[in-house]
Amino acid sequence: MLRVEALTKRYKTGDKALTDVSFDVPSGQVVGLIGPSGAGKSTLIRCVNRLVEPSSGKVFLGDREITRVGRGELRRVRRRIGMIFQEYALVERLTVMENVLSGRLGYVPFWRSFLRRFPQGDVDKAFALLDRVGLSDHVDKRADALSGGQRQRVGIARALEQDPELLLVDEPTASLDPKTSRQIMRLICEICRERGLPAIINIHDVLLAKMFVDRIVGLRAGRIVFDGPPDALDEEALTAIYGSEDWNAMRKEADETAKDAAEAADFEARAQAGAA
Amino acid sequence: MSASAPGASAPAARGRRWKRPPIFIQRGWLRLVVYGGFVLYLALAISTVEVNWSRVAEGMERGWRFVQGFLTPDFTSRSTDIVKGFVESLTMTLTSTVAGVILSIPIGVGAARNIAPLPVYAVCRAIVAVSRSFQEIIIAILFVAMFGFGPFAGFLTLTFATIGFMAKLLAEDIEDIDEGQAEAMRATGASWWQVLNWGIQPQVLPRLVGLSMYRLDINFRESAVIGIVGAGGIGATLNVAMDRYEYDTAAAVLLLIILIVMAAEYSSSWLRKRIQ
Repeated sequence: MLRVEALTKRYKTGDKALTDVSFDVPSGQVVGLIGPSGAGKSTLIRCVNRLVEPSSGKVFLGDREITRVGRGELRRVRRRIGMIFQEYALVERLTVMENVLSGRLGYVPFWRSFLRRFPQGDVDKAFALLDRVGLSDHVDKRADALSGGQRQRVGIARALEQDPELLLVDEPTASLDPKTSRQIMRLICEICRERGLPAIINIHDVLLAKMFVDRIVGLRAGRIVFDGPPDALDEEALTAIYGSEDWNAMRKEADETAKDAAEAADFEARAQAGAA
Repeated sequence: MSASAPGASAPAARGRRWKRPPIFIQRGWLRLVVYGGFVLYLALAISTVEVNWSRVAEGMERGWRFVQGFLTPDFTSRSTDIVKGFVESLTMTLTSTVAGVILSIPIGVGAARNIAPLPVYAVCRAIVAVSRSFQEIIIAILFVAMFGFGPFAGFLTLTFATIGFMAKLLAEDIEDIDEGQAEAMRATGASWWQVLNWGIQPQVLPRLVGLSMYRLDINFRESAVIGIVGAGGIGATLNVAMDRYEYDTAAAVLLLIILIVMAAEYSSSWLRKRIQ
């Protein structure tokens, strides 16, 4: 479905973000892309829809070579690729519905988007998606009135509104608490399975990645150093990706942190219910 | 964490002195010379200002007559002139603000480096620079010489000044937007116009409206000033009254200007709060 061949990105400052990266994503596979900060995860997924121009190498979506298309064609390619962002990247002053409908911008002419007169089919789909992500009651709220988890749900609905053939997901949980993180990851992965949608998910939380994805690609300093199923991600592999560290100790600690956080969230919920 | 951690520095000896590092000049003697030289220059400069005390006394006397005029403002004897002047000024203010804002939007968009290509950027920045480098009075003198006395010259002057002011602030606002929102729109396959309408406009619109209200304020005050050099409006009425030594009429005009400016100030700040 997606094929990346010998992708290299060198920024104008001379920093080499990606070196000779190649991999395939078959239909319906959810890939977790892990690696330390600055390993080039964000750059890699942005090279796929050319929000960042790669320096060399090829990217194919189906049999279309994305890295060669012109400006007009690039729009048509981008609308086939949904993207979900770290800080949600919703247009804060627009309503939830407008944010979801913005997923159709690549399909409609300017006058329709300017007058907010989208075809009925697009509006039906948007209502259905908002229902699916559990935001039916917030259609006309402004995006900046929502909580973090709700915003990311709008982000997911926007990406799906595009009818994508591929999802690019950039640190979907980085600004969320542990419990919401799991809910959001679960939602993304469920939707991908429902639709047979392939996805690349950048994620720095290794445990979360292992819990949800089909395959893990590890990036270190712009090179792929691990590629395999989540079970194969052992201490040796983690050391190859992140450098040496006592992984077992960290894992126990992380489990405890997650448990604490879940308990705290429960407690808060109960306290709020009590107050109300 | 703990004091015994390896690499932690030894506890500092007692009595170790600390001084805030100087902000501008690091070398002590140079700092003394530069600051000392500045103070010396200031003292010399003040000592060269010649004050003609008898002329000051005469000025005080005229000032007193002016104050007396103020205490008995005369709204009636020149009422037709005053009304005509205010109607001209207000018309000039409103039309020039609307025209200036409309013209400044494309120029401001073109002058934002993050969305405009370099040649367009250079041209728009040049227009802004020209418009901003001349004070309104100088432009008014030019337009009065070109198009004759009257409010048309004033309208052109204020429009011209509004373009520079609004375009510069709009461009800076666009350059300061949250790029993530525009990037998300681009990722859906949106065209340049759609990115502008969906990703950028919602972020800058409240400030654009607020600045327009502020500029309406400024334009009214400026319309009083440029009338003095012949560009019509209330400034012309005021100028004539001063030339005739009719300080009571001048006082009436000034009082009305103060009232209108205050009304505009309060209503615009109220409106700006509402649209945030």
